[in-house]
Amino acid sequence: MSTAPGQEAKSPLIRLRGVSKAYRRGDIVVPVLENVDLDIEAGAFEAFMGPSGSGKSTLLNLISGLDRPTTGVVEVGGQDLARMSDKELSDWRAGHVGFVFQLYNLLPVLTAAENVELPLLLTPLSRAERREHVAAALEVVGLGHRMGHRPPQLSGGEQQRVAIARAIVTDPDLLIADEPTGDLDRKSAEQVLDLFEVLHHELHKTLVMVTHDPHAAERADLVRHLEKGLLQ
Amino acid sequence: MIPLYYNTRSLWARRLSTGLTVLGLGLVVFVFSAVLMLANGIESALASGGDPRNVILLAEGSTSELMSNVERDALRALGSAPQVASSVEGNPLVAGELVVPVLLPRGDGKESNINARGIGPESFAIRPTVRLIAGREPRMGTNEVALGEALVGRSPGANLGGELVFAEERWPVVGVFTAEGGAYESELWVDVNRLGPAFDRPGLSAVVVRTGSEQARDAFIKGVEEDSRFTLEAKSEPEYWADQATWLATFIRVLGLFVSFIFSVGAVLGAMITMYAQVAARIGELGMLRAVGYRRRSVLASILIESAVLGAAGGVLGALGALATRWMEIRTLNFQTFAEIRFGFTPTPGIMVAALVFGTLMGTLGGLLPALRASRLSILDALRA
Ligand SMILES: Nc1ncnc2c1ncn2[C@@H]1O[C@H](COP(=O)(O)OP(=O)(O)OP(=O)(O)O)[C@@H](O)[C@H]1O
Ligand SMILES: [Mg+2]
Repeated sequence: MSTAPGQEAKSPLIRLRGVSKAYRRGDIVVPVLENVDLDIEAGAFEAFMGPSGSGKSTLLNLISGLDRPTTGVVEVGGQDLARMSDKELSDWRAGHVGFVFQLYNLLPVLTAAENVELPLLLTPLSRAERREHVAAALEVVGLGHRMGHRPPQLSGGEQQRVAIARAIVTDPDLLIADEPTGDLDRKSAEQVLDLFEVLHHELHKTLVMVTHDPHAAERADLVRHLEKGLLQ
Repeated sequence: MIPLYYNTRSLWARRLSTGLTVLGLGLVVFVFSAVLMLANGIESALASGGDPRNVILLAEGSTSELMSNVERDALRALGSAPQVASSVEGNPLVAGELVVPVLLPRGDGKESNINARGIGPESFAIRPTVRLIAGREPRMGTNEVALGEALVGRSPGANLGGELVFAEERWPVVGVFTAEGGAYESELWVDVNRLGPAFDRPGLSAVVVRTGSEQARDAFIKGVEEDSRFTLEAKSEPEYWADQATWLATFIRVLGLFVSFIFSVGAVLGAMITMYAQVAARIGELGMLRAVGYRRRSVLASILIESAVLGAAGGVLGALGALATRWMEIRTLNFQTFAEIRFGFTPTPGIMVAALVFGTLMGTLGGLLPALRASRLSILDALRA
């Protein structure tokens, strides 16, 4: 496992202890994650693999504060997410997490720049500062010239890069990507993965990615396997 | 805050359903504002029938001449007030008048109910708008009558040179007058000292006074109110006629508001269906917004504002449609005075504001449940959708 230089002594950014998650289907309780312990250092780039239904997305949702564990502790940046209220979690996500979804989840009626600006509207930044950040983020993903275009006018790969710009525009500690290349062709997927490496190596972001694609997993510093809710 | 352009563009992206919903909301707002404009038009049309320098004095508590009973003693005292104008001959322009309902036979065998006004020597001079268009004024001390234009031909003998029969007496018609569309056009005028005895009515309905100016009128009204000798209610003539229109205007308003309310239920349901469809189609988008950090109440506010925009668009459409009715003129018979009245749809800034508020309110109401639903979505369910 690799960590960013000078961070060896620090406690991990993400710390899961005894985390279990079960869903209730009617009267039946379906266990999805069982007693997961996990440490991810700040600045790491890790990939999770495993068969469908093994609980990868569920784990990612717990780490990113979209969901709460049934039991156990989920600590990110020293904060216990399980104890936060819905409101506190919203604010925490806004400040600390950038999301990249499999299906990009852009607003089709907004331009690329407006989509990227969305998380910034939750910050106290001025309009001019926001415009600067948006331009910078789109520049990073190589789409500075497509700012005024709407998602339907962009290819899947371009849309995913806009989504990455949206994820990094607030400069969050943690980037979460659930099958970010799942809907992309080889070439677009490589572009997205190249971008992840840039974010990891040059901007020292912590990246946690779920993927089915071995090529994608190869780019990560560490690949973990999940099997029936158990971390291997 | 989720930006407003997200809402407006999403509405525009589904312009067909948005358009139909706005149309539905607009129709209700149209009915709502047109009815208010109509009631307003009736009021101002009837008020225009009065002369602003004239004052009508009724018994306290009475709202109409037909119900009022005033002692004759008041006449002399009122006539000596300094604000009262004088006729060319130097007489104070004051008249004691009596209004009684009279049944006249109609050509078709039925009867029509009209008002006979017992007048004094100065009644014509007090009302410059009342002008003879044929014949002459009835002489005092006789049964001669002058007919309002609207009554001509309404009953056998109701024409110049004809003769009416009521209260077991004969009443020859010696003149016909107009009143510029005012309610007097459907009255017959005759000496109050002949009309009263014929109906066994020794008192008066009202005293009518013409003052020198509108300032004098206000001073006169104030003087009467402060004078303990009188238990009279003084109103300017336009105000009196506007009050007479009030029941009709109120009736139209209540009926219109009732109909608008019924229609609005449909329009609100329409807005609700549209907004439910919007939310359903955009669940994934809302889930993303929640994931990146927008709170539940931001989503709630966003969908509510979107519904309000939808409603406001309906309000604008309806108000503009209602404004387009301004050129229309309606002529009808005033049910109370039987005079033909002409009126239009008269808009006011207040009605326009009310129309916009009404539209916005309907939209917001329709968006309430969809907005609640959107804000209560679980992020994960929404993202999966
Ligand atoms: N809200 C829910 N209610 C009930 N069961 C759920 C819910 N969410 C997930 N599950 C179940 O939990 C299990 C793990 O789901 P999860 O989405 O984490 O799998 P995954 O590893 O991401 O699979 P995939 O590779 O197909 O995305 C599955 O069996 C799924 O059906
Ligand atoms: Mg998954």
